[in-house]
Amino acid sequence: MGGSATGRYVLRRLAQAVVVLWAAYTVSFLVLDALPGDPVTAMASAGMDSGAVDQEQLDQLRAEYGYDDPMLVRYLDHLGSAATGDLGDSVATGRPVVDTIAQALPPTLQLAGAALALAVLLGGGLALVATYSRRRWLRQVLLSLPGLGVSVPTFWVGLVLVQVLSFQLRLFPAFGNSGPSSLVLPAVTLAIPTGALVAQVLAKSLLTALDEPYVQTARAKGAGRARVHLSHALRNASLPALTVVGLLAGQLLANSVVVETVFSRDGLGRVTAGAVGSQDLPLVQGVVVLGALVFVLVNLAVDLVYPLLDRRIVVAGGRRSLA
Amino acid sequence: MSAPLLSIRDLSVSYTTRTGPVPAVRGVDLDVAPGEVVALVGESGSGKSTTAHAVVGLLPRGGRVDGGEIRFGAHDLATAGDRELRAVRGARIGLVPQDPTVSLNPTKRIGAQVAEVLRVHGLAGRREAAARVVELLERAGLSDPAVRARQYPHELSGGMRQRVLIAIAIAAGPELLIADEPTSALDVTVQRRILDHLDTLTRELGTAVLLVTHDLGVAADRAQRIAVMSGGRIVEVGPTEQVLSDPRDPYTRRLLAAAPSLAVARRSPAAVAPALREADPLVEVEGLGKDYPLPRGSGPRVLHAVRDVSFTVERGRTLALVGESGSGKSTTARMVLRLTEPTTGRIRFDGEDVTAARGADLRRLRRRAQLVYQNPYASLDPRFSIEEVVTEPLRAFGIGDRASRAARARELLDRVSLPATVLGRQPAELSGGQRQRVAIARALALSPELVVCDEPVSALDVSVQAQVLELLAELQEDTGVSYLFISHDLAVVRQVAHTVVVMRGGEVVESGTTEALFTSPTHDYTRELLAAIPGATAPTAGGTR
Repeated sequence: MGGSATGRYVLRRLAQAVVVLWAAYTVSFLVLDALPGDPVTAMASAGMDSGAVDQEQLDQLRAEYGYDDPMLVRYLDHLGSAATGDLGDSVATGRPVVDTIAQALPPTLQLAGAALALAVLLGGGLALVATYSRRRWLRQVLLSLPGLGVSVPTFWVGLVLVQVLSFQLRLFPAFGNSGPSSLVLPAVTLAIPTGALVAQVLAKSLLTALDEPYVQTARAKGAGRARVHLSHALRNASLPALTVVGLLAGQLLANSVVVETVFSRDGLGRVTAGAVGSQDLPLVQGVVVLGALVFVLVNLAVDLVYPLLDRRIVVAGGRRSLA
Repeated sequence: MSAPLLSIRDLSVSYTTRTGPVPAVRGVDLDVAPGEVVALVGESGSGKSTTAHAVVGLLPRGGRVDGGEIRFGAHDLATAGDRELRAVRGARIGLVPQDPTVSLNPTKRIGAQVAEVLRVHGLAGRREAAARVVELLERAGLSDPAVRARQYPHELSGGMRQRVLIAIAIAAGPELLIADEPTSALDVTVQRRILDHLDTLTRELGTAVLLVTHDLGVAADRAQRIAVMSGGRIVEVGPTEQVLSDPRDPYTRRLLAAAPSLAVARRSPAAVAPALREADPLVEVEGLGKDYPLPRGSGPRVLHAVRDVSFTVERGRTLALVGESGSGKSTTARMVLRLTEPTTGRIRFDGEDVTAARGADLRRLRRRAQLVYQNPYASLDPRFSIEEVVTEPLRAFGIGDRASRAARARELLDRVSLPATVLGRQPAELSGGQRQRVAIARALALSPELVVCDEPVSALDVSVQAQVLELLAELQEDTGVSYLFISHDLAVVRQVAHTVVVMRGGEVVESGTTEALFTSPTHDYTRELLAAIPGATAPTAGGTR
C-alpha cells in the first residue's frame, strides 16, 4: 500500500462525503418543508407579542425571506448558498447559522470528546477485566453491567449524578460551563450508554477471539494468560469495537441534546433543542448537515485505522476488502 | 525400548455438556519413547485429538481430565498447575496444530510469532531472537526466511504457514512434538513435502513425535508404532508393520479396508455398467476458459482461472477432475453446470449447445444436471426437515402434489439406505455421512442425467467415505447417471472414476482412462500426485497390490 494510493483513497472518500452531505441537506430540506407551519408564523407568534400580526404583514415577511417561492426554487436557491458555506440566517436571532453553530460547537466537542475517551477507557477496561477474570460470578456480574448501562435513560443518570455527587457530596458543580470540573458529570453521563455498547461488543469479540486456533497456538508456546489476552486476542477483537465507536460518534451528538439540557450547559445540543422548539428551520438544517459531516469524518478516520490493526485490510483499491 | 519420554496411564477425559458430562477418552495407556514416532489413529470423535491436547493441558472449553496420569519427565501433566504447564509447553513439548490457515495470529508478523516462543521462555533477547527466527524459518524449509519473517500470515500459502508453525514448534528444541493432523488441510503434494521435512527434522533433532491422524496411510508412512483409537479407547497398539499386516482388532481391520490410500481398487469402476456405454456422450466440453479481471496495478490484467479445457463425459460413467487447490477444477465444474459464465469455449449437453442457454432452456438444464457439495454440514438448510430438503427440487419445479412428493422422498431415502424415520428430523440430528446421503438423495430427486460431485467425501471419515463411494457406484449402476467427480485425492478417484482429467494451474496436464493414468502416467505432475498418496509403499493385510 503506497502513500499515493492511500492519498487517492482519502480523496475519493472525501468526494463521497460531499455526496453524503448533499443528501443529508436535501432530505432534511424536504422533511422540514413538509412540516406544517413555517418559520414566519413561528416568528410572528413567538417574537412579537404586541398583538395581532395581520395577514398582510405575514405575507410581506414571507416574501422577504423567500418562503412564498415554489419549493424547487427555494431548494436550489438555498443549496446554492449552502455550497458556498452560507447556511442562511437563524430565524429566531437573525444571526448567520454558521456563526451560531461555530460558537456552540467547541463546548460540545469538549463534552463529546471527553465522553468518548471515558467510554473507550471504561468500556474497554470492563470488557478486558470481565473476560480475563477466572471467577465465574465476577465475570457474570461484570458482563451484565453493559446491558444495564445501555438500558438506563441518559437524563435519569444525569439527575442521579447531580443529586448525589453535586448536591450531597458537593464534589462537582451541577451546572454550567465553568472549567474542567464542570465537564465531569456531563461527560460521565454521556459516556455511560456509549461505554456500555463498547464493552458489550468488545467482550463478545474477545470471547470469540479467545476460542480461535491462533490463541491455542500462543498458549502452546507457553505464553501466559495476560500475554495471550493482551497481545493476541485484544488486537484481533478490537476491530468490531472500533466499528461501533465510529457509529456511536453520531449518537454522542444526539445524546448531548439531553445531557446539555439536564446540566444547563451551553453547546450545540441546547442550540438544537432551542431551534427545534422555535421551528428555526435554517438552524435545524445546519445542525443536521453538521451531524452528517461529523459522522462521515469519524468513519473515514475509523476506516483509515483498520489497516493499521489488521494488515489483511487494504484501503487502497477503491473499497475496503479482505485481501 | 528405552524408558519412555511420555507415559500416559489410565487417562480419562470428559466434556461437560448441557445434558451432563460426556466421556471422550476412557482409560488410555500410551508410551512414547525418546525420538520415537507414534501415530494415534482414529476417526472423528474417537478421542485421539482430545488425548493429544490433554498432554499439553490445552483441552477445548468444557474438557476435563477426570483421572489418570500423564508422566513427562518429572511432571505429571494431568494434575500440573498453569505455571508448571506453561514451563513445559513450547519449551519441552511443541504443538503443530491442525489447520495452518487459522492457527497464526493474522495481526502479527511471522517473525514476532516465532520469536515469541524464545522470548516467553527467556531463551533469547530481542535482537538475538530475530536472528534465531531467520535460522528457524530456514530450518523449517522456507525460502527467503528473512523476508518471510517480516510478512504477515495472509501473505503466505497454507503450506508455508504450516512450515512457520513447525518452526514455532521446534524453536525451543523440545523433546516431544505433538502433531495434530498437521497436513489434513493441505494439498496432497504439499502434504507429502511437509511430512517429509518434518521426518527429517525430527530425526536430526532426535525429537519424539506423537502424530495424530485419521489417515492410516499417513501413519503407515511415518510412524514406528501405531495406536488405533475408537470410542475413547485404544483398541490396538503395536509396531506399524504388525498393525498393518496382522491387525488383531476388528475395528482396525475395518479401518484398513476403508482407507482409500491403502485399499486396492475394490470395485473396478471399468467393470461398472458396460452395457450402458453408448456412442453419443452426455457432456462435451471444448476449449473451456474462464478469466477473472485483476485489480488495476502492475502485472497482468486478467487471471486465467481455467484455460482451454476439453473433455467428454460418457453416459453412465464417471469422469474425475483431479487437481490441487487453485487448479481450476471447481470452476470448470461450475461452468458445466452454468453456475459460472465461461469466457471462452463450448459446452454441449446431450448434443445441445448450452453454453449460452437462458430462460426455459437453462431451467431444463438445471433439471437434468445436479450438484452434490463438499461439505454436508453446510449444504443442508439447518431449518428444513430432511423431507423438505429432499423434496425441495420437486417443489422448485412444481412436480407432483404433497402426497406424491412425500412418497418420492421416502423412495429416495430408501435408495440412499436411510430409514424413512429420518424424514421428520433436522440436518443437525444426523451424522456427516448421513447428511451426505441426504444431499445425494436431493441431487437424485429430479432423476438427473448428470450429477456433479464436488469433493463429496473429503469432509467425511474414511470408513464413511468408503460407504458413500460405494453408494454412488451403486446408484450409477441402477440409474445410469453420469458423474463429474471433483477431487484432490487420487486414491478416492481410483475407486470411482472411469476416466481422469488432471488439472494444474487452470490447464489440463493429462487425461486418460483411470487404468492407464495410474499404471503409466506420462506427465511429471501426475507422477508427483501419485507418489504423494500416503501409504503407497506400506505393507497391507490384503497384500494384493
